[in-house]
Amino acid sequence: MTASKKTKTNKEKKRTPGKANGSIDKERARDLYRMMLLIRNFENKSAELYTQEKIRGFLHLYNGEEAVAVGTIPHLSEEDNLVGTYREHAHALTRGISAGSIMAEMYGKQEGCSRGRGGSMHLFDKKTNFYGGNAIVGGGFPLAVGLALGDVMQGKDNITCCFFGEGAVAEGEFHESMNLASLWKLPLIFICENNLYAMGTALGRSEAVTDISRKLDSYNIKADWVDGMDVLAVDKAMTEAVKYVREFRKPYFLEARTYRFRAHSMFDAELYREKKEVEEWKKKDPLVLFYKRMKKQGLLTEKDKEKIAMEVDMIVKEAVEFAEQGTWEPVEDLTRFVYSEPEEGE
Amino acid sequence: MAELEFRNAINQAIDEEMSQDENIFLMGEEVAEYNGAYKVTKGLLDKYGSKRVIDTPISELGFAGIGVGASMNGLRPIVEFMTFNFALLATDQIMNNAAKIRYMTGGQISMPIVFRGPNASAGQLSATHSVAYDAMYAQFPGLKVIYTSEPDDAKGLLKSAIRDDDPVLFMESEQMYGLKGEVSEEEDYTIPIGKAKVKREGSDVTVIAHGKMFHVAKQAARQLAKDGVEVELIDPRTVKPLDMETIAKSIKKTNRCVVVDEQHPFSGFASEVGYLIHRDVFDWLDAPVVRVTLPDVPAPYSKKLLDEWLPSPDQVIDAVNTVTYRK
Ligand SMILES: Cc1ncc(C[n+]2csc(CCOP(=O)(O)OP(=O)(O)O)c2C)c(N)n1
Repeated sequence: MTASKKTKTNKEKKRTPGKANGSIDKERARDLYRMMLLIRNFENKSAELYTQEKIRGFLHLYNGEEAVAVGTIPHLSEEDNLVGTYREHAHALTRGISAGSIMAEMYGKQEGCSRGRGGSMHLFDKKTNFYGGNAIVGGGFPLAVGLALGDVMQGKDNITCCFFGEGAVAEGEFHESMNLASLWKLPLIFICENNLYAMGTALGRSEAVTDISRKLDSYNIKADWVDGMDVLAVDKAMTEAVKYVREFRKPYFLEARTYRFRAHSMFDAELYREKKEVEEWKKKDPLVLFYKRMKKQGLLTEKDKEKIAMEVDMIVKEAVEFAEQGTWEPVEDLTRFVYSEPEEGE
Repeated sequence: MAELEFRNAINQAIDEEMSQDENIFLMGEEVAEYNGAYKVTKGLLDKYGSKRVIDTPISELGFAGIGVGASMNGLRPIVEFMTFNFALLATDQIMNNAAKIRYMTGGQISMPIVFRGPNASAGQLSATHSVAYDAMYAQFPGLKVIYTSEPDDAKGLLKSAIRDDDPVLFMESEQMYGLKGEVSEEEDYTIPIGKAKVKREGSDVTVIAHGKMFHVAKQAARQLAKDGVEVELIDPRTVKPLDMETIAKSIKKTNRCVVVDEQHPFSGFASEVGYLIHRDVFDWLDAPVVRVTLPDVPAPYSKKLLDEWLPSPDQVIDAVNTVTYRK
């Protein structure tokens, strides 16, 4: 790849939240806030670029849910695996995949993390053990279990972390995967991003038991829930989850109760929920809440906030420039990677 | 005739049938309160109530099988998939149960059920969301497969599908839902399953194309006409059972044939049709049949690659030039 991409990747790596340990000081406060703001602005920019038709296909944004990715993913080690859904830009960013390569992916440029072949719903990055990007609801569960099984069989003590929406628990793959993860004692953390709606379907209209953590009883998986709008609460819950899994080598289930501020995708009139409900939840905006608290505790200042906003604007701006300057994969390459090919001279 | 959008033609077909037969019910993700992910089922919940227009969780395997069970018990379910890409999760119930139970039980059990939803690619959605599955289902004895290209066909054939006592896969396209066309206002308008339609008459070459590809072929035919090549354009409409009679009749006239198909080449619709043409009208052919299909490659997201991947009018024109020895 070009030199400019390399420097960008390194620069951005440093900007991802520091090692999580469940405690908070000035530096971590800045890190957490910066990451959440980066996600928020990246998503807003993506929406804008979608209306300009720079980004195509389906686009699912994470606004409102930032505290979940940011409170959890920094707890993973570099070797740990991550499996996400089609609403996964935030997870990719937090995992340290460069904003530029994610944006380039959504532009369909070959500098994108999936070479421009996957788009928004299929971000992948082997380097960071980021295994998607899965656009089939529930499709990630067994993959995550398989990744964990792979680690165990190869004597590695990594954890696999699997994100999904509450709507996905209706799929058979959820239940099959939970059973085997537990039966085979695999080191997995399942993180349910319960944002109350699967497209237009409220949980109560699709599930006989709406307390999701109760379902895990039947699989003998330890489960907990956390306020997904509170990044420190998520951070703390994840600290426990990781400790449990590393110690007992068994799966753990964490439900983060959150809300998506925007529509399901870019085609959704949102007639299934009241504007008032959305406004109520926006009062619990994870960025606003966190900043207020940190300010009160003297860990973040107005000046920090402005500085971070400038840094984040810069990252997003550079990401867009990177995507704009990206190149199209030549059409002669269309047939590449359908099957394995001899090692490249990379 | 009335001008209708594709989605409204489908809606009318379901509505008319539901109003005539209480055993018909509709089930799928977001079909009721949301009025359908693509607004195909708009208004049906209000009209028929939640007993007959049912929102399901994201449980494709489950609700497809529940449809099969209800069908065995005398109901006539219409099961909507948000797309046939998600119906992959339901294939056990469709292929093992819906397709086989009548046969396996020596004809004791009837299976009137329709599985419907959009098929094939719909823009830059990448590999998991862009597959045409009509030939895959057509592989299975016991299933009927319809994939229409215009609102009139959709209305007439969907009504027939709902009345049929066998499982029917009825396919649409996200990209065609807004397409307008003249639809018959004849009362109780139906089109028989298994009948192709000659949609453009011509003497130089027969082009066979269904679903979204019909429109690609139509564009090519228009262009070719400017060069003095008259295409006879056949829309099979039903993939299975396939109307070979109409195809054979046309080839006996034109002696040349191109098949356009938005599926991968191996074991696809085009390969089957190519074989059947050999079997039935070999002696009338002046050139080998040429097919235009997807490459043997999953759908890419990148616009550049996707444009290359999808069959285009230019490829159809090339194929026509090949079979007419114009190049
Ligand atoms: C198997 C399958 N069925 C249906 C869909 C269409 N679909 C995409 S997202 C979605 C809702 C999922 O909701 P949830 O799991 O709660 O996650 P959220 O989108 O709220 O993050 C649906 C039905 C799909 N992509 N895959």
